Amino acid sequence: MDGSIFIPLRLSLQVALAATVLVVLIGTLMSFILARKTFRGKELLDILLTLPLVLPPTVVGYYLILFMGRNGLLGKYLFHWTGWSIMFTWYAAVLASFIVALPLMIKTTRAAFESVDQNLIKVSYTLGRGELKTFFKVILPLSKKGMIAGAVLSFARAMGEFGATLMVAGNIPGKTATMPIAIYTSASSGDWAKANGMVLFFTLVSAAFLYIANRLSKRGAW
Amino acid sequence: MTKCLRVLMVGLCFSVLFLAAEGRAQSSSAHEITVSAAISLKDAFEEIGKLFMRAHPETRVVFNFAGSGDLARQIEAGAPVDVFASAAQKDMDDLDRQGLIAKNARKNFAKNSVVLVKPVASTIPIQSLKDLQRGDVKKVVIGNPRTVPAGRYAEEALRHLNLWDTIKDRVIFAEHVRQALDYVARNEVDAGLVYSTDAMARSKDVKVVARLPEGSYQPVVYPIGVIKGIRAEALSRAFTDFVLSAEGQRVLTKYGFIAGGPSM
Repeated sequence: MDGSIFIPLRLSLQVALAATVLVVLIGTLMSFILARKTFRGKELLDILLTLPLVLPPTVVGYYLILFMGRNGLLGKYLFHWTGWSIMFTWYAAVLASFIVALPLMIKTTRAAFESVDQNLIKVSYTLGRGELKTFFKVILPLSKKGMIAGAVLSFARAMGEFGATLMVAGNIPGKTATMPIAIYTSASSGDWAKANGMVLFFTLVSAAFLYIANRLSKRGAW
Repeated sequence: MTKCLRVLMVGLCFSVLFLAAEGRAQSSSAHEITVSAAISLKDAFEEIGKLFMRAHPETRVVFNFAGSGDLARQIEAGAPVDVFASAAQKDMDDLDRQGLIAKNARKNFAKNSVVLVKPVASTIPIQSLKDLQRGDVKKVVIGNPRTVPAGRYAEEALRHLNLWDTIKDRVIFAEHVRQALDYVARNEVDAGLVYSTDAMARSKDVKVVARLPEGSYQPVVYPIGVIKGIRAEALSRAFTDFVLSAEGQRVLTKYGFIAGGPSM
């Protein structure tokens, strides 16, 4: 087995972990807002946040280029002020993975928040705890299983991201060629031996993560 | 659902099925061919296809454009392709070696050259290949050498000119040469190596800086071949003959290719 299959694997893990951290943080915040607050445009926000789940990854990639490309709606200001563009960097891969995985986290976490017994929350308020404290001490602990499931799904989705990633991060071996992309290149160039090695490894690593996640969500701890 | 709506839905389903069946019947006939061609041939071949269909009524030419490497893999995997035109001898050789090309049905039909281009919108003064080493040239795109002929030529030339080692960390790979061209046209990169014909196709957004010196890369000679054992062999041979004919060669030179027909 060629030692260099570890480079795409390392990149995939790096990108997926970074994306999952962002997904958990922002996903939890968004889920809280959607579960506990009402405001005008809430439906629209919900749809916008869910869209990447149903849109093909190439459409997501397209929008990312539209916004974040060097000539993009936002990207051009970023380039103008800093001389830096996110395109063709591993940050772009993180961004792509983040966007496609976020809906998964929000769906599961929001459901978990909404299923917390309202009475418990009310009791917390009557006992003098504010909204934020209640969130951290009552809602969050009771939603742990749903949140872990969301995080695992997000991580898996981030590891497997290909279409949007290829469009914004490109195929740069060692820098942005994550494992799905490296497998694609190996298969495209007829290097089946290398592709086989990577596919096997990827499958085993993903299965291992799923196993760990299942154990975690079953009892909340090892 | 109201009765009217239900009837409409059923009618729609049947129409879709009918159209699908119609389409399938056509593609297995001897009057339609699928041509897999290197994406740099897109504009020229689309025009050649139209002329061919006009000259041969009742026939249909369907094109499949992508990087030559991807196309060769598809044919190896049994894709229903009748004619293959690649941007390098290597991809055709790969198929030939596996006995996939029909006898006496492989010919060279065009030549091309590789140029250094930069975005029209770019402010970086790149005036020669040596300028690729400048500190402000952060990203240079070429086709992926593992699958794209244009990428292989580019890497070969950059190595030959002793530039590869200094700039290889700035090199971005595109999945085919038109994607490389697009990156340059959109100013996502600072420079790129593409075919002169591609630069011509997007001359508004892309500026040719220099031609790669002759001898720094192997000559770009496009072969076209008929796949062995296909149903529409006669029509496929007629198509390759058309590409090699005066009319076909005229279209190719119109798009910037150098005629590479039998008189080569």
